[in-house]
Amino acid sequence: MFRLTESPRLSEFERQVLPHLDAAYNLARFLMRNDHDAEDVVQEAALRAFRFFESFRGENSRAWFLRIVRNTSFTALKRHHTNEGNVVFDEELHGVENPPMDAGVVLDRAQDRQTVRAAIEALPAEFREAITLRELEGLSYKEIADIAGVPIGTIMSRLARGRRQLQMILNPEAK
Amino acid sequence: MTMDHEQIRELISPYLDGELDLLTARETEQHLRNCADCRGVERALRALRETLASSQPAYRAPSRLRKNVRAALRREAKTTERTFNPWVIFATAAACALIVLGAVLFQTTRASRNNALVNEVVADHVRSLLATHLVDVASSDQHTVKPWFDGKIDFAPEVRDLSDEGFPLIGGRLDYLGDKTVVALVYQRNKHPVNVFIMPATADRNTSPSATTRRGYNVLSWIHNGMKYWAVSDLNEAELRRFTELLVR
Repeated sequence: MFRLTESPRLSEFERQVLPHLDAAYNLARFLMRNDHDAEDVVQEAALRAFRFFESFRGENSRAWFLRIVRNTSFTALKRHHTNEGNVVFDEELHGVENPPMDAGVVLDRAQDRQTVRAAIEALPAEFREAITLRELEGLSYKEIADIAGVPIGTIMSRLARGRRQLQMILNPEAK
Repeated sequence: MTMDHEQIRELISPYLDGELDLLTARETEQHLRNCADCRGVERALRALRETLASSQPAYRAPSRLRKNVRAALRREAKTTERTFNPWVIFATAAACALIVLGAVLFQTTRASRNNALVNEVVADHVRSLLATHLVDVASSDQHTVKPWFDGKIDFAPEVRDLSDEGFPLIGGRLDYLGDKTVVALVYQRNKHPVNVFIMPATADRNTSPSATTRRGYNVLSWIHNGMKYWAVSDLNEAELRRFTELLVR
């Protein structure tokens, strides 16, 4: 009847949501593009999620939490740099600053990782979001569409274009 | 419908994700077999996916963040849900235990009687629907229904037609609750019949409607002007509440 240490609501929240903290941080990190902001966003999102835990209907806790993380991130991005939302990708600019990745050469794993991370971070925010959720978290188009609050067709085209841009960044010699 | 090369080219990415419907996927496959250009796109996309997978670029939450989040959640839970210090809990619990014990002894008999009554109210309601014995006097006129009860019972219920509010009076009948004869008024809301049972109350104090659910039926009971009311229906609770408010207005 009485719980001395913690509320049942808190333990239920931790059971449902904390397993997705890695996914949350991964998304926030690629959206915010630095550790500090990403941690702030995740912490704020976790608190907001806890406050609105009643609105969680017990379906897909990962998508539910990621939607909150995503919204918190975009709000923070708009606050930080107002132009982030509509950065236009410039093919000429990108692709030169990162070392090209040659499929034939096995690069050092850590260097490899840095190159790929930098390439993703060079994409516009909406593309970073789609690529992260699909390629790194393995979510379905439907889940990503729910999280981003756009139709599935939009996710389809963001992914196709995001991948094309990634190819250009990682492998600028290829046409 | 067949798609042209340009359209198919856009579909290679969702095709590799397994996100195309069967028909479109088959068409894309067919095109890939015949188009070296698109096969090049497919190859490049597969290579990209391979690169993304093997370089493992995903970030993991730092343990510091995990700790901070947990701490922040605890603080939040504490301020919103208030945790007690053990002594207060002990004293409160002891006091509660005494009160509860007394109340339980007093209430169980009453509660079980009330409980049995709720069951009976619902049973009466269901029976009235099954047996085509919904009403003894069928009329939406309160001045017809009310006098009908004269001489059949030793109390005079208030009868009010609520057609204008969307709850037309259908009629009335006599029914039994416990071993008492009670008045049953029947109303209707969009095909949902509502039975209102009325009997003299044992207490005089007016109470606001309290809700229970039994076998999918919503039951509201209250006391008004010395009468005990039961309203039962498969209407949702909100509508039933609105109805009871209109009834005793």
